Amino acid sequence: MSTAFDMSEATAPTGRPKGWLSPMNKRRWSNFKANRRGYWSLWIFLVLFALSLCAELIANDKPIIASYNGEILFPVVVDYPEEKFGGFLAETNYRDPFIRDEIEANGWMIWPPIRYSFLTANSFIPHSAPTAPFWTMSREEYCSGYPQGVDDPDCNWHNLNWLGTDDQARDVMARMIYGFRISVLFGLALTFFSAIVGVASGAVQGFFGGWTDLLMQRFIEVWSSMPVLYVLLIIAAVLPPGFWVLLGIMLLFSWTAFVGVVRAEFLRARNFEYVNAARALGIGNTTIMYRHLLPNAMVATLTFLPFILSGSITTLTSLDFLGFGLPPGSPSLGEMIAQGKRNLQAPWLGLTAFFSISIMLSLLIFIGEATRDAFDPRKTFR
Amino acid sequence: MSAETVNNALLSVKDLAVTFHQDGKAIPAVKGVSFDINPGETVALVGESGSGKSVSALSVLKLLPYPAASHPSGEIIFKGRNLLNAGTRELRAVRGNDITMIFQEPMTSLNPLHTVERQITEILSLHQGVRKTEARGRVIELLKQVGIRNAESRVTAFPHELSGGQRQRVMIAMALANRPELLIADEPTTALDVTVQAQILELLAELKTRHKMAMLFITHDLGIVRKIADKVCVMTKGEIVEAGPTEAIFTDPQHPYTKHLLAAEPTGRPPKTEKAAKTVMEAKDVRVWFPIKKGFMRKVVDHVKAVDGISLELKSGQTLGVVGESGSGKTTLGLALMRLIRSEGEILFDGQRIDTRSFAEMKPLRSEMQVVFQDPYGSLSPRMSIAEIVGEGLKIHGAELSADQRDDRVAQALEEVGLDAGTRWRYPHEFSGGQRQRIAIARAMVLKPRFVMLDEPTSALDMSVQAQVVDLLRDLQRKHDLAYLFISHDLKVVRALANEVMVMRTGKVVEQGAAEDIFDRPKTAYTKALMAAAFDMETRPGGEMSE
Repeated sequence: MSTAFDMSEATAPTGRPKGWLSPMNKRRWSNFKANRRGYWSLWIFLVLFALSLCAELIANDKPIIASYNGEILFPVVVDYPEEKFGGFLAETNYRDPFIRDEIEANGWMIWPPIRYSFLTANSFIPHSAPTAPFWTMSREEYCSGYPQGVDDPDCNWHNLNWLGTDDQARDVMARMIYGFRISVLFGLALTFFSAIVGVASGAVQGFFGGWTDLLMQRFIEVWSSMPVLYVLLIIAAVLPPGFWVLLGIMLLFSWTAFVGVVRAEFLRARNFEYVNAARALGIGNTTIMYRHLLPNAMVATLTFLPFILSGSITTLTSLDFLGFGLPPGSPSLGEMIAQGKRNLQAPWLGLTAFFSISIMLSLLIFIGEATRDAFDPRKTFR
Repeated sequence: MSAETVNNALLSVKDLAVTFHQDGKAIPAVKGVSFDINPGETVALVGESGSGKSVSALSVLKLLPYPAASHPSGEIIFKGRNLLNAGTRELRAVRGNDITMIFQEPMTSLNPLHTVERQITEILSLHQGVRKTEARGRVIELLKQVGIRNAESRVTAFPHELSGGQRQRVMIAMALANRPELLIADEPTTALDVTVQAQILELLAELKTRHKMAMLFITHDLGIVRKIADKVCVMTKGEIVEAGPTEAIFTDPQHPYTKHLLAAEPTGRPPKTEKAAKTVMEAKDVRVWFPIKKGFMRKVVDHVKAVDGISLELKSGQTLGVVGESGSGKTTLGLALMRLIRSEGEILFDGQRIDTRSFAEMKPLRSEMQVVFQDPYGSLSPRMSIAEIVGEGLKIHGAELSADQRDDRVAQALEEVGLDAGTRWRYPHEFSGGQRQRIAIARAMVLKPRFVMLDEPTSALDMSVQAQVVDLLRDLQRKHDLAYLFISHDLKVVRALANEVMVMRTGKVVEQGAAEDIFDRPKTAYTKALMAAAFDMETRPGGEMSE
């Protein structure tokens, strides 16, 4: 048989594929990049998130590195008792003028740019809390709380409240940075765990079908018709609220979001010929689900993720706003909104919370749109 | 070409080029194609997949995805008008009225939500302004014309209530509704069974003579061309390499590609029947019944008897061809023998009962019995590289092999099926249909099986590729003394491969025996009808099981 007209496409270079991205993923990445708004949103979000992960180095009431009597200390990571510096408290307050002068007389300190942590109260506020951002006042006014007034060496930009203080004289800027971090981390954790539970449950339902599918679907229908907020209120009354407790409670209800898409993908793909071919090779159900079916479902799941992430953040924020979220004192954007609502005379509270939440959610939605574009089969397999 | 013929031509395509733009690259699909269709004449565009024949036909009505597609050059003159320059409104008046089309997939080219009547009426009211109340009589008349029985009761049917052949007839009725001067048929019989194909071809020929309609027929099947066309244009790689009257092309082909196409029918002899060979697979009275459940308590009221009491014996080095139309239960039988679906009745592999084994107990035997599926596009996981796909079975059945040894075995298997082992890090979408089918065969062969079920392994492939795959399968059989269960509706391929044949219909055996006997001296009316449809594309009484 002549093969002169065999339309062979084997002209591309051979050998193991180079790089860690398969050609399909490379194409997806270029589709993602083609959505400029999403691409830039991703970078902005990553930079903000990376910065907030180092929040302790940006806004803290402890120096990053200090030298005392020739010894190098790391107050950021290590709690030194105050007696080391001649005091008597169990934990050192480095902002205390006595300790500060003691250390600076016998060495040096490197401070983060903002010398407040999310719990540090500014004891030298000019008026009663909440105080406005410093740039709304004259220097005389905002330094008036310090013992030496305008000439006080502590009245410098490290100690100024760039976004004002809240009603307990805590620095809003510091609370926003920490609040952003906890929101994103909570959202990521919730999304991650609900994806695992939801994908696993959807996979089992779609793959086995029949009674398994029927029973689990009915269960999910009953489960998802429960009023989540009431359940949260009841559980919050019994268990002490905390990051992990909240995560657990919300996970109970959020995993159902993934079941539908994953189940549909598995139902569709379980009769594909390559799945049958795998069965004929003697491959077990778990491997077939993991190796042959899951990649199909991952596209739908990944497209979903950024939207679930922003949804999780919103839920946490609203719980915090209602006061059923993270324990009191935690840096939380929802709590900041609640303060803003209570203190309408201090618009910097509400505005800060509003802008940080809306910018964060917008970034995530833009990233989600770009992800959707990237996984759009019409664009990937053109 | 003289000026006179141009004037007479109903449709005249001149120097047509089509280019697709993708990712900033221009991919020429059709490069300067010219042909004429005179009134009442049938012109066939023949070529393999990717030759540009469908794209050329779609350009006539400007149905390509513009602006991704463009025409760098060319004219399409229909009755003195250049359709390529025509505006949307002008084109709409031509589409479905003067020029109509029927497509390959009768399953998807009808709207599933509308009744047959509504779909045909829509065309009538659009172009002729026929009022809905008056249309019914005309619709029934059209359905009768295309040979749908009980047309009066069928007008209210939805597409899913019709068989594939009936749907294609409805498509033809829609195409004929406005008495077009030109009918473009894009592989209208490819998705149909041979007996139905013969009926549809007969219908088209009859309608053509009755309505004096011209036809542009796109196909890859030279048998159909010979049957139906007056003139043939052979296309490859976007160009017409040879054109002329049908008889001339078939008796005296000039271009090497035409000769290659004509020689592409599967040839060669099946293995000799050896009575002494060892029995590999034996089945006694195998039944696969799917229950039909009705009512609130889901009581089993009846069964769909997909496979109803079939016995067979298959010896090593031999091929049993299972033929039948779609729905005859031949694939179900194969899957039951492979123990991939539940069945009743004794199945023996190598003398051992396997029908009582569970899925886990079957695992050690899986490497001995393998399967190659029909669709080379669907049977390879799109997200795995070729090396992973072929090597997957070795991970289970060759656990003692090291990663390097496995890789060697994969490379060997790929070389054996005629692929470059260096390409094994690529993904399925980078290969053509024939190459993919070779990969699927390599996946089965890498385990060194003794029994292979081949479920229509050639029907999704181009003619010349089919012949190559048939040759490959025969070589592998000889080399490894394999037993094949070859399931196909394509009798030409079965004749080239099988030394024993079983004809199935509605789950039962119609006729079973040595291949020569079945092919040369068929006993039952059904087998005779099947043979006539497959080899001569003619209809015979006895073959009307499906329409």
